[in-house]
Amino acid sequence: MVPIYAYLILAAVLFTIGIASFLIKRNIITVFMSIELMLNAVNLTFVAFSHVHKAVHGQIFVFFVMVVAAAEAAVGLAIIIAIFRTRQTLDVDRINLLKN
Amino acid sequence: MQLALFIIFAVLCVLGALNFLFQRHPINSALSLIVVMMSLAVIYWTLGAEFLAAAQVIVYSGAIMVLFTFVIMLLNAGEEDRTRGSKAAYFAGIPGAIGVIALLSYTFFHEKDILGYANLGGHLNSGVNNMLEISKVLFTDLLLPFEVTSILILVAILGAVVLARKEH
Repeated sequence: MVPIYAYLILAAVLFTIGIASFLIKRNIITVFMSIELMLNAVNLTFVAFSHVHKAVHGQIFVFFVMVVAAAEAAVGLAIIIAIFRTRQTLDVDRINLLKN
Repeated sequence: MQLALFIIFAVLCVLGALNFLFQRHPINSALSLIVVMMSLAVIYWTLGAEFLAAAQVIVYSGAIMVLFTFVIMLLNAGEEDRTRGSKAAYFAGIPGAIGVIALLSYTFFHEKDILGYANLGGHLNSGVNNMLEISKVLFTDLLLPFEVTSILILVAILGAVVLARKEH
Protein backbone atom coordinates (compact mmCIF):
# COMPACT_ATOMS: atom_id res chain seq x y z
CA MET A 1 0.00 0.00 0.00
CA VAL A 2 1.78 3.07 -1.28
CA PRO A 3 -0.07 6.39 -1.08
CA ILE A 4 -0.60 7.97 -4.50
CA TYR A 5 0.87 11.27 -3.34
CA ALA A 6 4.26 9.57 -3.06
CA TYR A 7 4.17 8.86 -6.80
CA LEU A 8 3.10 12.43 -7.54
CA ILE A 9 5.86 13.89 -5.36
CA LEU A 10 8.39 11.66 -7.15
CA ALA A 11 7.10 13.01 -10.46
CA ALA A 12 7.40 16.59 -9.16
CA VAL A 13 11.00 15.99 -8.05
CA LEU A 14 11.92 14.49 -11.43
CA PHE A 15 10.23 17.36 -13.26
CA THR A 16 12.12 19.95 -11.21
CA ILE A 17 15.44 18.19 -11.82
CA GLY A 18 14.54 18.23 -15.52
CA ILE A 19 13.90 21.99 -15.42
CA ALA A 20 17.15 22.58 -13.52
CA SER A 21 19.24 20.61 -15.99
CA PHE A 22 17.45 22.30 -18.90
CA LEU A 23 18.60 25.65 -17.51
CA ILE A 24 22.07 24.65 -16.27
CA LYS A 25 23.37 22.38 -19.03
CA ARG A 26 25.34 23.94 -21.89
CA ASN A 27 25.48 20.98 -24.26
CA ILE A 28 22.56 21.04 -26.68
CA ILE A 29 22.14 17.24 -26.60
CA THR A 30 21.91 17.24 -22.80
CA VAL A 31 19.41 20.09 -22.92
CA PHE A 32 17.35 17.97 -25.28
CA MET A 33 17.63 14.96 -22.95
CA SER A 34 16.33 16.99 -20.02
CA ILE A 35 13.16 17.60 -22.05
CA GLU A 36 12.78 13.82 -22.22
CA LEU A 37 13.22 13.66 -18.43
CA MET A 38 10.42 16.20 -17.97
CA LEU A 39 8.16 14.25 -20.35
CA ASN A 40 8.81 11.12 -18.28
CA ALA A 41 7.89 12.92 -15.06
CA VAL A 42 4.59 14.05 -16.55
CA ASN A 43 3.95 10.51 -17.82
CA LEU A 44 4.33 9.22 -14.27
CA THR A 45 1.68 11.72 -13.13
CA PHE A 46 -0.66 10.51 -15.88
CA VAL A 47 -0.22 6.87 -14.88
CA ALA A 48 -0.74 7.66 -11.20
CA PHE A 49 -3.98 9.54 -11.86
CA SER A 50 -5.08 6.77 -14.22
CA HIS A 51 -4.68 4.42 -11.25
CA VAL A 52 -6.69 6.75 -9.00
CA HIS A 53 -9.58 7.07 -11.43
CA LYS A 54 -9.52 3.39 -12.39
CA ALA A 55 -9.63 4.26 -16.10
CA VAL A 56 -7.11 3.58 -18.84
CA HIS A 57 -7.47 6.93 -20.57
CA GLY A 58 -4.47 8.34 -18.72
CA GLN A 59 -2.37 5.41 -19.92
CA ILE A 60 -3.50 6.03 -23.51
CA PHE A 61 -2.43 9.63 -23.08
CA VAL A 62 1.01 8.40 -22.03
CA PHE A 63 1.08 6.19 -25.12
CA PHE A 64 0.49 9.21 -27.35
CA VAL A 65 3.11 11.21 -25.44
CA MET A 66 5.60 8.41 -26.11
CA VAL A 67 4.80 8.43 -29.83
CA VAL A 68 5.21 12.21 -30.03
CA ALA A 69 8.43 12.03 -27.97
CA ALA A 70 9.89 9.47 -30.37
CA ALA A 71 9.04 11.64 -33.39
CA GLU A 72 10.37 14.71 -31.59
CA ALA A 73 13.64 12.97 -30.71
CA ALA A 74 14.20 11.91 -34.34
CA VAL A 75 13.55 15.39 -35.75
CA GLY A 76 15.37 17.19 -32.92
CA LEU A 77 18.50 15.10 -33.27
CA ALA A 78 18.46 15.68 -37.03
CA ILE A 79 18.33 19.43 -36.33
CA ILE A 80 21.23 19.07 -33.87
CA ILE A 81 23.28 17.27 -36.55
CA ALA A 82 22.46 20.04 -39.04
CA ILE A 83 23.50 22.71 -36.49
CA PHE A 84 26.75 20.87 -35.80
CA ARG A 85 27.50 20.72 -39.55
CA THR A 86 27.13 24.45 -39.99
CA ARG A 87 28.44 25.81 -36.66
CA GLN A 88 30.94 23.06 -35.57
CA THR A 89 29.81 23.35 -31.95
CA LEU A 90 27.26 21.91 -29.55
CA ASP A 91 27.51 24.70 -26.99
CA VAL A 92 24.19 26.54 -26.70
CA ASP A 93 26.03 29.73 -25.72
CA ARG A 94 27.80 29.80 -29.06
CA ILE A 95 24.70 29.11 -31.13
CA ASN A 96 23.63 32.76 -31.12
CA LEU A 97 23.26 33.66 -34.77
CA LEU A 98 19.87 35.30 -34.22
CA LYS A 99 21.21 37.38 -31.34
CA ASN A 100 23.89 39.23 -33.31
CA MET B 1 6.02 -5.67 -1.32
CA GLN B 2 4.83 -2.68 -3.29
CA LEU B 3 6.28 -0.27 -0.75
CA ALA B 4 9.67 -1.96 -1.02
CA LEU B 5 9.57 -1.83 -4.82
CA PHE B 6 8.50 1.79 -4.75
CA ILE B 7 11.21 2.87 -2.31
CA ILE B 8 14.00 1.03 -4.16
CA PHE B 9 13.07 2.29 -7.60
CA ALA B 10 12.07 5.80 -6.53
CA VAL B 11 15.45 6.25 -4.86
CA LEU B 12 17.15 4.83 -7.96
CA CYS B 13 15.12 7.21 -10.11
CA VAL B 14 16.03 10.32 -8.12
CA LEU B 15 19.70 9.28 -7.88
CA GLY B 16 19.79 8.70 -11.64
CA ALA B 17 18.21 12.09 -12.28
CA LEU B 18 20.67 13.83 -9.94
CA ASN B 19 23.57 12.02 -11.63
CA PHE B 20 22.12 13.18 -14.95
CA LEU B 21 22.18 16.73 -13.62
CA PHE B 22 25.70 16.70 -12.20
CA GLN B 23 27.64 14.71 -14.81
CA ARG B 24 29.64 16.83 -17.23
CA HIS B 25 30.03 14.31 -20.04
CA PRO B 26 26.91 13.81 -22.23
CA ILE B 27 27.39 10.05 -22.49
CA ASN B 28 27.29 9.72 -18.67
CA SER B 29 24.15 11.84 -18.63
CA ALA B 30 22.56 9.62 -21.27
CA LEU B 31 23.36 6.43 -19.35
CA SER B 32 21.93 7.81 -16.09
CA LEU B 33 18.80 8.85 -17.98
CA ILE B 34 18.45 5.21 -19.06
CA VAL B 35 18.56 4.23 -15.36
CA VAL B 36 15.75 6.72 -14.67
CA MET B 37 13.64 5.33 -17.51
CA MET B 38 14.09 1.69 -16.51
CA SER B 39 13.15 2.52 -12.89
CA LEU B 40 10.09 4.38 -14.14
CA ALA B 41 9.11 1.25 -16.10
CA VAL B 42 9.09 -0.75 -12.85
CA ILE B 43 7.03 1.99 -11.15
CA TYR B 44 4.52 1.91 -14.03
CA TRP B 45 4.28 -1.83 -13.58
CA THR B 46 3.50 -1.47 -9.86
CA LEU B 47 0.73 0.97 -10.81
CA GLY B 48 -0.90 -1.65 -13.03
CA ALA B 49 0.25 -0.31 -16.40
CA GLU B 50 2.02 -3.37 -17.82
CA PHE B 51 1.70 -2.24 -21.43
CA LEU B 52 3.30 1.10 -20.64
CA ALA B 53 6.07 -0.57 -18.66
CA ALA B 54 6.97 -2.64 -21.73
CA ALA B 55 6.58 0.36 -24.05
CA GLN B 56 8.77 2.45 -21.75
CA VAL B 57 11.59 -0.10 -21.96
CA ILE B 58 11.22 -0.63 -25.71
CA VAL B 59 10.50 2.92 -26.91
CA TYR B 60 12.33 5.12 -24.41
CA SER B 61 15.29 3.04 -23.27
CA GLY B 62 15.49 1.01 -26.45
CA ALA B 63 14.84 3.48 -29.25
CA ILE B 64 15.09 7.08 -28.10
CA MET B 65 18.10 6.73 -25.80
CA VAL B 66 19.98 4.60 -28.34
CA LEU B 67 19.38 7.38 -30.87
CA PHE B 68 20.74 9.92 -28.38
CA THR B 69 23.78 7.76 -27.64
CA PHE B 70 24.46 7.33 -31.37
CA VAL B 71 24.28 11.08 -31.94
CA ILE B 72 26.59 11.78 -28.98
CA MET B 73 29.12 9.33 -30.40
CA LEU B 74 28.65 10.57 -33.98
CA LEU B 75 29.26 14.20 -33.06
CA ASN B 76 32.07 13.23 -30.67
CA ALA B 77 30.63 15.41 -27.91
CA GLY B 78 33.18 16.05 -25.20
CA GLU B 79 32.86 17.39 -21.68
CA GLU B 80 30.91 20.57 -21.51
CA ASP B 81 32.33 23.76 -20.06
CA ARG B 82 31.45 25.02 -16.62
CA THR B 83 28.35 27.09 -16.83
CA ARG B 84 28.93 30.81 -16.91
CA GLY B 85 25.30 31.71 -16.68
CA SER B 86 23.89 34.71 -14.94
CA LYS B 87 24.01 35.16 -11.19
CA ALA B 88 20.23 35.46 -11.21
CA ALA B 89 20.01 31.75 -12.01
CA TYR B 90 21.83 30.91 -8.77
CA PHE B 91 19.97 33.35 -6.56
CA ALA B 92 16.50 32.78 -8.02
CA GLY B 93 16.87 29.30 -9.52
CA ILE B 94 17.63 27.14 -6.49
CA PRO B 95 15.03 28.72 -4.14
CA GLY B 96 12.60 28.65 -7.06
CA ALA B 97 13.15 24.93 -7.61
CA ILE B 98 12.79 24.19 -3.90
CA GLY B 99 9.66 26.35 -3.85
CA VAL B 100 8.11 24.43 -6.75
CA ILE B 101 8.83 21.07 -5.09
CA ALA B 102 7.51 22.32 -1.74
CA LEU B 103 4.32 23.73 -3.26
CA LEU B 104 3.56 20.60 -5.29
CA SER B 105 4.40 18.29 -2.37
CA TYR B 106 2.20 20.30 -0.01
CA THR B 107 -0.70 20.17 -2.49
CA PHE B 108 -0.39 16.43 -3.08
CA PHE B 109 0.08 15.72 0.64
CA HIS B 110 -2.91 17.90 1.48
CA GLU B 111 -5.15 15.94 -0.91
CA LYS B 112 -3.93 12.51 0.17
CA ASP B 113 -7.35 11.34 1.36
CA ILE B 114 -8.90 11.99 -2.05
CA LEU B 115 -5.97 10.43 -3.89
CA GLY B 116 -6.04 7.22 -1.90
CA TYR B 117 -3.61 4.33 -2.11
CA ALA B 118 -2.09 2.29 -4.90
CA ASN B 119 -2.63 -1.47 -4.96
CA LEU B 120 -0.18 -3.74 -6.70
CA GLY B 121 -1.53 -4.68 -10.12
CA GLY B 122 -4.18 -1.99 -10.10
CA HIS B 123 -7.88 -2.65 -10.41
CA LEU B 124 -7.55 -4.94 -13.42
CA ASN B 125 -7.22 -8.28 -11.67
CA SER B 126 -10.51 -9.91 -12.55
CA GLY B 127 -9.52 -11.71 -15.72
CA VAL B 128 -9.19 -8.52 -17.75
CA ASN B 129 -5.67 -7.56 -18.59
CA ASN B 130 -4.28 -4.11 -19.09
CA MET B 131 -3.49 -4.56 -22.78
CA LEU B 132 -7.07 -5.65 -23.56
CA GLU B 133 -8.50 -2.69 -21.70
CA ILE B 134 -6.21 -0.22 -23.48
CA SER B 135 -6.78 -1.65 -26.95
CA LYS B 136 -10.55 -1.61 -26.45
CA VAL B 137 -10.51 2.15 -25.94
CA LEU B 138 -7.70 2.83 -28.41
CA PHE B 139 -9.22 0.99 -31.34
CA THR B 140 -12.82 2.12 -30.87
CA ASP B 141 -13.18 5.57 -29.32
CA LEU B 142 -9.72 6.86 -30.19
CA LEU B 143 -9.23 5.26 -33.58
CA LEU B 144 -8.83 8.56 -35.45
CA PRO B 145 -6.09 9.96 -33.16
CA PHE B 146 -4.34 6.59 -33.35
CA GLU B 147 -4.32 6.71 -37.14
CA VAL B 148 -3.21 10.34 -37.13
CA THR B 149 -0.10 9.37 -35.14
CA SER B 150 0.98 7.21 -38.07
CA ILE B 151 0.92 10.30 -40.29
CA LEU B 152 2.89 12.15 -37.61
CA ILE B 153 5.54 9.44 -37.56
CA LEU B 154 5.72 9.45 -41.37
CA VAL B 155 6.24 13.22 -41.40
CA ALA B 156 8.86 12.87 -38.64
CA ILE B 157 10.76 10.26 -40.66
CA LEU B 158 10.75 12.49 -43.75
CA GLY B 159 11.75 15.51 -41.69
CA ALA B 160 14.63 13.68 -40.01
CA VAL B 161 15.94 12.42 -43.35
CA VAL B 162 15.69 15.84 -44.99
CA LEU B 163 17.30 17.68 -42.06
CA ALA B 164 20.17 15.25 -41.47
CA ARG B 165 21.15 14.72 -45.10
CA LYS B 166 24.36 16.24 -46.41
CA GLU B 167 23.84 19.41 -48.40
CA HIS B 168 25.09 19.42 -51.96
